[in-house]
Amino acid sequence: MRATFSRAIAYAFGRRPELVFWLVVLAATVALFAADELLPWAVEYPSEWVIPLRFWVSDFMKWLINEADLGLFTFKQFTRSISWVFNWFLAASFGVLSEGVKIPLGGEALFHLPSLSWIALIAMLAIMAYSIRDWALSLLVGICFLYLAIFGQWGSAMVTLSSIVVAVPLGILFGLLLGILAYRHPWFERAITPLLDLMQTVPVFAYLVPVLFMFGFGPVAAMTATMIYSLPPMTRCTTMALQLVPTEIVEFGNMAGCSHRQLMWKVMVPSARPTLMVGVNQVIMLSLNMVIIASMIGAGGLGFDVLHALRRLAIGVGLEAGVAITVLAIALDRLSQAYAGKAPVRVKKKVSFVRRHPHLVAALAIIVATTVTGFLVPAVADYPESLTVTTSGFWEKLVTWINIHFFDTLDAIKSGLLLNVLIPFKRFLLSLPWLAVMGLLALAGVRLGGWRLSLGVAAMTAFVAVTGNWEKAMISTYLIGVSVVLASGIGMPIGIWAAGNDRVHRAVQVIIDTLQTLPAFVYLIPVVMLFRVGDFSAMIAVVAYSLVPIIRYTDHGIRQVPPSIIEAATAAGCTHRQILLKVQMPLALPEIMLGVNQTIMLGLSMLVITALVGTRDLGQEVYIALTKADTGRGIVAGVCVAMIAMVADRLISAWSTVRKKQLGLS
Amino acid sequence: MVSLKSGSTSEPTDASAQMNTAAMICKGVWKVFGPNAERFLAEHDSKASYEELIAAGLIGAVRDVNLEIRQGEIFVIMGLSGSGKSTLVRCMSRLIEPTAGEVFFEGQDLLKMPEKDLIEIRRHKMGMVFQHFALLPHLTVLGNVAFPLEVQGIDRATREQTACELIELVGLKGREDYYPRELSGGQQQRVGIARSLAVKPEIWLLDEPFSALDPLIRREMQDELMRLQNMLHKTIVFITHDFYESIRLADRIAIMNNGGIIQIGTPEDLVTNPATDHVADFTRDIPRPKVLSARSVMAPVDDRLTFTSSVPAETKIEVLAADIVDQKGPIGVTDGEGKIIGQITPEAVFDVLLHRGTKE
Ligand SMILES: Nc1ncnc2c1ncn2[C@@H]1O[C@H](COP(=O)(O)OP(=O)(O)OP(=O)(O)O)[C@@H](O)[C@H]1O
Ligand SMILES: [Mg+2]
Repeated sequence: MRATFSRAIAYAFGRRPELVFWLVVLAATVALFAADELLPWAVEYPSEWVIPLRFWVSDFMKWLINEADLGLFTFKQFTRSISWVFNWFLAASFGVLSEGVKIPLGGEALFHLPSLSWIALIAMLAIMAYSIRDWALSLLVGICFLYLAIFGQWGSAMVTLSSIVVAVPLGILFGLLLGILAYRHPWFERAITPLLDLMQTVPVFAYLVPVLFMFGFGPVAAMTATMIYSLPPMTRCTTMALQLVPTEIVEFGNMAGCSHRQLMWKVMVPSARPTLMVGVNQVIMLSLNMVIIASMIGAGGLGFDVLHALRRLAIGVGLEAGVAITVLAIALDRLSQAYAGKAPVRVKKKVSFVRRHPHLVAALAIIVATTVTGFLVPAVADYPESLTVTTSGFWEKLVTWINIHFFDTLDAIKSGLLLNVLIPFKRFLLSLPWLAVMGLLALAGVRLGGWRLSLGVAAMTAFVAVTGNWEKAMISTYLIGVSVVLASGIGMPIGIWAAGNDRVHRAVQVIIDTLQTLPAFVYLIPVVMLFRVGDFSAMIAVVAYSLVPIIRYTDHGIRQVPPSIIEAATAAGCTHRQILLKVQMPLALPEIMLGVNQTIMLGLSMLVITALVGTRDLGQEVYIALTKADTGRGIVAGVCVAMIAMVADRLISAWSTVRKKQLGLS
Repeated sequence: MVSLKSGSTSEPTDASAQMNTAAMICKGVWKVFGPNAERFLAEHDSKASYEELIAAGLIGAVRDVNLEIRQGEIFVIMGLSGSGKSTLVRCMSRLIEPTAGEVFFEGQDLLKMPEKDLIEIRRHKMGMVFQHFALLPHLTVLGNVAFPLEVQGIDRATREQTACELIELVGLKGREDYYPRELSGGQQQRVGIARSLAVKPEIWLLDEPFSALDPLIRREMQDELMRLQNMLHKTIVFITHDFYESIRLADRIAIMNNGGIIQIGTPEDLVTNPATDHVADFTRDIPRPKVLSARSVMAPVDDRLTFTSSVPAETKIEVLAADIVDQKGPIGVTDGEGKIIGQITPEAVFDVLLHRGTKE
């Protein structure tokens, strides 16, 4: 009898053990719902059980700042001296680019050496671009910077640039050193890898708080935060670049009798240059991404302009400053990429210095000439204000016009979505018992990657509950969930279209490359103008910001399906539609899921920013912590965001790997 | 020749006896890749077959290699891909730390040497050429060739002068300020060769230096190497998997398989007396006239005959073939003192040329 029964089960489910598994899971979940009365603690995490981690962190920070003694000096002295050094660098670059330098001539007399004139800087960068690549790049860079002058953004842009000019080299230097350490000592790599993972998933706001605590409000704190933000990719890139140096090259270095230091600096680092330059480019881009966020803890310049405009809801001004940041990012990105791709060129020996370095000499000549003429003709020193143009009026009018004519439509869309999709979904997520969610994720972990993954996922989920952030985390999850679905709904068709058509592919590439250089805040401005504050605006902003990876990965995933398989399908008489749905999509799905994964990561990082437009989730928690300088609260909430990101990342990556292996694609 | 008699009490007496002729001696050298390789080897008393190692999850890249490289010879190590040639040559310079064994270079055990001394030896007595050239992409030809001297802290003028001489020696004069990517493969390897000679090494290690080149260029480079060797008389360890290359260059050949050395001998030894089927397989398609000498083809002399012409016993069949065909009769084979020790008939030469029944 029993045997027949189990045979029946085996018959029913034999080919689909998955089904049994998920049925059990479903049963367990239902049971937990029913348990609301019996086991209330399994549904809602009891507040008495919350571990006061955030207070511990805050206390630790206080202790660190006020009392910690590192032996030779106190922690406070340590941060003070770092601050002093950074401040010196910042003052120097600020002097050169923005304010000019006052040189005491003895007694009361001061000689005011002006900053670089706008003409000199544009000419210098254009010449640099020309010497690195060609006229086209030179023109692009020149136009980008001219834009800053013409649209009246020059002053702010120089403040921003002077901070970037310090943060980037420092980020590169420290990243390089950490990367080398990690390469040399595997234990060090093992130690910092999780830390780097965390740093890249914790929203930036979270570590603004401790930085603020240590360095106080101001440009130094802002620059330090920027530098820390750009550190992880440089560190990773360095370690990877060193590992990628061909063994033969390292062996050659050893055979030549290099000491450890010679081997590293004369052989490995120069040979690793191409990969290292990828890291350098990342540092530049991330630093520019930080511009606005850093202005919350005291960076002036363009970031401050955007933030200020956003607070006043002055769309025109905000948009112009936002575009200025983008323009700056594009110029620096293209310059650094061109430099990365440049191979050393042969120079003839035995010619004069001028002949060997014509570009350098020309740039120096222009700097001297403009500085001298600048004393006589003010327009040479500073771009004349009367010649600036502004478009902010136009943007304000446009928004007003849209609001007048389309308010009803927009409002209808917004309320429809809110009432029918967003709010029900939010309610559903909030009603889920935390223990069930944790169990489900752990089970998924077992299925996809085994016990280690499962335990990791469960621990990360538990962290959120135990630190008392469950409800806020669920709101974050709901916002991200809805946004990711929406982003996939928009991004996948575009990706499919681009995969099938080379011209569309190229156009889409250009557009998404540009979109990726836009700082996150820029997306927020028009959204807020059109939809006011609230969940809906947050969602739109997240979707807009996180759309890029899903398009890119869909396009790439479909393109990488081997042509022979498509030919086979065509030969079997499949229609285009069938090929797409039955061949290309299934094969591309693992890759597409990696895109979804990236979309989630970007979405989460945007989420914290959307706290500015009034969501009630973890993002807001971090933001409040920042305004109150509450270190513990900010860090713990930030780590919770990171936990959500990592759970999603680990599970999706595991699924993608398994699936790729099944399909024989890896 | 420099001989250092210092240290190494563990060195057996026969090793010191051979010292004036041996440039490098490997004794029981093992390199086993994989977890806990050393323990496994110790437990098995340094006797483990390739299969036993595989079963234990280890790779016996070099297994119990004993060999002796003589001063001034070209010693070729040959074997199929993965047979452990590169690993062995790297054990000889301690680029790879052997799992067990001793490597004597000029009487000193390299493996017991502190790092400082090792660096000194590499800086002054060893040169190495790599399969994929391993040129530094950010330096010019001049910078690359001068690099080993730069590392030693030699001043710019001196090192660049030495480098220029070497660049001229390998026929790249005029390209001193080219970057590696601007050169062809053959030219890049010439740079690699010049660079490895910059420190005036006593032992010259070449790991498949010509394998990445086209056949025509490869021939040219082999000639180049012979030309250099005729001028410089280095001790050379040359790795290749190409038998043609090895018979063109080698004084002696070591054949490796699965990490072990199967046979060491002159090309002729390997062809006439292959130790195993593996070696026989290796040598099957070799053009015999290029390898076999008069000595291994000659027949006993018929005392009553006198010969119109004769050749020394070392002459390769390839060289004497034309003569003997013209002669239409047997010719004599002489030893070092000119005494007739055998004769060669045209039939015997034809057999060799046509690859007929010369084998046992
Ligand atoms: N670092 C390593 N770790 C593990 N196994 C290795 C390592 N280096 C080499 N091996 C293994 O050791 C064996 C010998 O490798 P080696 O490179 O010495 O062969 P080779 O004779 O030089 O081959 P080729 O002609 O392809 O260069 C191979 O099976 C290889 O897979
Ligand atoms: Mg090899």
